[in-house]
Amino acid sequence: MNSFISIEAIARRFGAQPVFENLWLGVPRGSFTCMIGHSGCGKTTVLNILAGLDAPDDGVVIVDGRAIEGPSLDRAVVFQSHALLPWRSVLGNVAFAVASRWPDAPRAVVQARARAAIARVGLAGNEMKLPAELSGGMKQRVGIARALSIDPKILLMDEPFSALDALSRGTLQDEVRRICTDTDQTVFMITHDVDEAIYLADRIVLMTNGPGARIGEIVVNTLARDRTRADLHRQPGFYELRNHLIDFLVTRSAALRDTMPPGHDNRHPPEIRLTPPRSTQETPCAVNS
Amino acid sequence: MTLSLAARGAILSLLILALFLAAWQIAVSGGGSAPAMDPEYAKLMGQSAVTGHSAMPGPADIARGLWQALRDPFYDHGTNDKGIGIQLAWSVARVAAGWLLAVIVAVPLGFVIGMSPLLGRAFDPFIQLLKPISPLAWMPLALFTIRDSGISAIFVIFICSLWPMLINTAFGVSSVRTEWLNVARTLEVRPIRRALTIILPAAAPTILTGMRISVGIAWLVIVAAEMLVGGTGIGYFVWNEWNNLSITNVIVAILIIGLVGMALDQALARAQAAVTFPQ
Ligand SMILES: Nc1ncnc2c1ncn2[C@@H]1O[C@H](COP(=O)(O)OP(=O)(O)O)[C@@H](O)[C@H]1O
Ligand SMILES: [Mg+2]
Repeated sequence: MNSFISIEAIARRFGAQPVFENLWLGVPRGSFTCMIGHSGCGKTTVLNILAGLDAPDDGVVIVDGRAIEGPSLDRAVVFQSHALLPWRSVLGNVAFAVASRWPDAPRAVVQARARAAIARVGLAGNEMKLPAELSGGMKQRVGIARALSIDPKILLMDEPFSALDALSRGTLQDEVRRICTDTDQTVFMITHDVDEAIYLADRIVLMTNGPGARIGEIVVNTLARDRTRADLHRQPGFYELRNHLIDFLVTRSAALRDTMPPGHDNRHPPEIRLTPPRSTQETPCAVNS
Repeated sequence: MTLSLAARGAILSLLILALFLAAWQIAVSGGGSAPAMDPEYAKLMGQSAVTGHSAMPGPADIARGLWQALRDPFYDHGTNDKGIGIQLAWSVARVAAGWLLAVIVAVPLGFVIGMSPLLGRAFDPFIQLLKPISPLAWMPLALFTIRDSGISAIFVIFICSLWPMLINTAFGVSSVRTEWLNVARTLEVRPIRRALTIILPAAAPTILTGMRISVGIAWLVIVAAEMLVGGTGIGYFVWNEWNNLSITNVIVAILIIGLVGMALDQALARAQAAVTFPQ
């Protein structure tokens, strides 16, 4: 597999206790990857390393052929807590990112680009509002607009919708899916919502419990690519996929921490494709990459 | 009819003022015959002691004095007889000079201390030691080294303004939210731009709090400093009027000191409100 992002044998330790060791993961260009795992297993740590905000104790992460050495405008982050600058308007927040990406661009160009990004997340007309005047969902949209406005090669999102109510979470998922499939954006997103992962992700990375977490398996989403949130649960294979993920979170994530199955290779975690339900085979078959 | 809380508060304020003025008037207009007195001493004590009236002026005297002072605030009849406006201008100028010097030193230094945990620790013992020293204790040292009473007064204002601003700036800078700094990092914002566009606006409310505390302390200290060094200023004016036994002018000056202090505080409060952002 030719990976756009290649996580190679990274380890991160706080004190003596390793959060994870010898972690390998490849992310193909243009794919939407979701990482699922229990709280504290090290998902945020992985994402911070991808963002360059944290550095691994061992190993490297290669992006587009080059090792990560720190944060980069090529990798935009949508923070869980939106992290908007409260003294700047919606436009000011997005324009700050645009001006950072293109420092020599004329002011008018920066503003136009920022306005376009704001319109893309459905916030046109709110440019002059301060973050304090926005709802949680709107703030998160500004965070997404800010990240997308700089044309990043990779979009990194850490539980971006977890603080939102179900309704705004749904609309935001629709928008993110639309924008990301339209532009073939490479996305790495952390979530603890199984349905969100099924709807958005092409590949779902399942982490076992920490400390010493590993990638238990990678589930390839075989649902139709033109799925919508409304018809998601009618997609053939939806319940098999959902049950598989929940089964992993409820029982296998804990069991796998203590005893990995024989032949488990950290470098090549099993890649699971659930077969469509109409076919005769009902059991998942492991395909090694 | 129910009035707003603000209106009721204002009415009550006026009522308290009226009561206070009435009590004051009654207290000072008390009669009684003057006790037999050594004529020499009576001469020394002035007319009031002889006639049995209180030496304490009443509200009406103060109003008259205030009117006198404000009608021609800028007259200049020599060293010991200048209008209250001139004296106030001297004091405000000294406070402004010392305070601005302190801003120039404390804000950049506080920035550096706040950004570097190492320097923060290194400077901390000195700040803790120097902060509780009464600014007036520096006066002899200032007079000895600077050899100019006016500049010494400015130095004392500088010293007393420095600490609150330094401590607040360092605190504001060191407690900028990590997520805002992470935003700057992921956008590859250079250090100078980060300082001006992230750290400064984030710390501005705390810095302004320090500035406001400083200007309040500076206005308290200038009166005492000018009493010590003499020459000009509202502090010297108060002391001079005490020497002239003009209690009326002393009270007028006290009132005006309060009003100017209030104005300075309000100006900084406005500035503080302007840089405060809703969270
Ligand atoms: N700065 C830190 N110092 C010490 N321990 C940390 C730090 N950051 C994370 N950890 C620990 O590392 C583990 C993984 O954390 P995190 O990546 O935030 O988990 P997740 O995002 O999956 O909930 C947790 O046990 C957490 O306590
Ligand atoms: Mg997390």
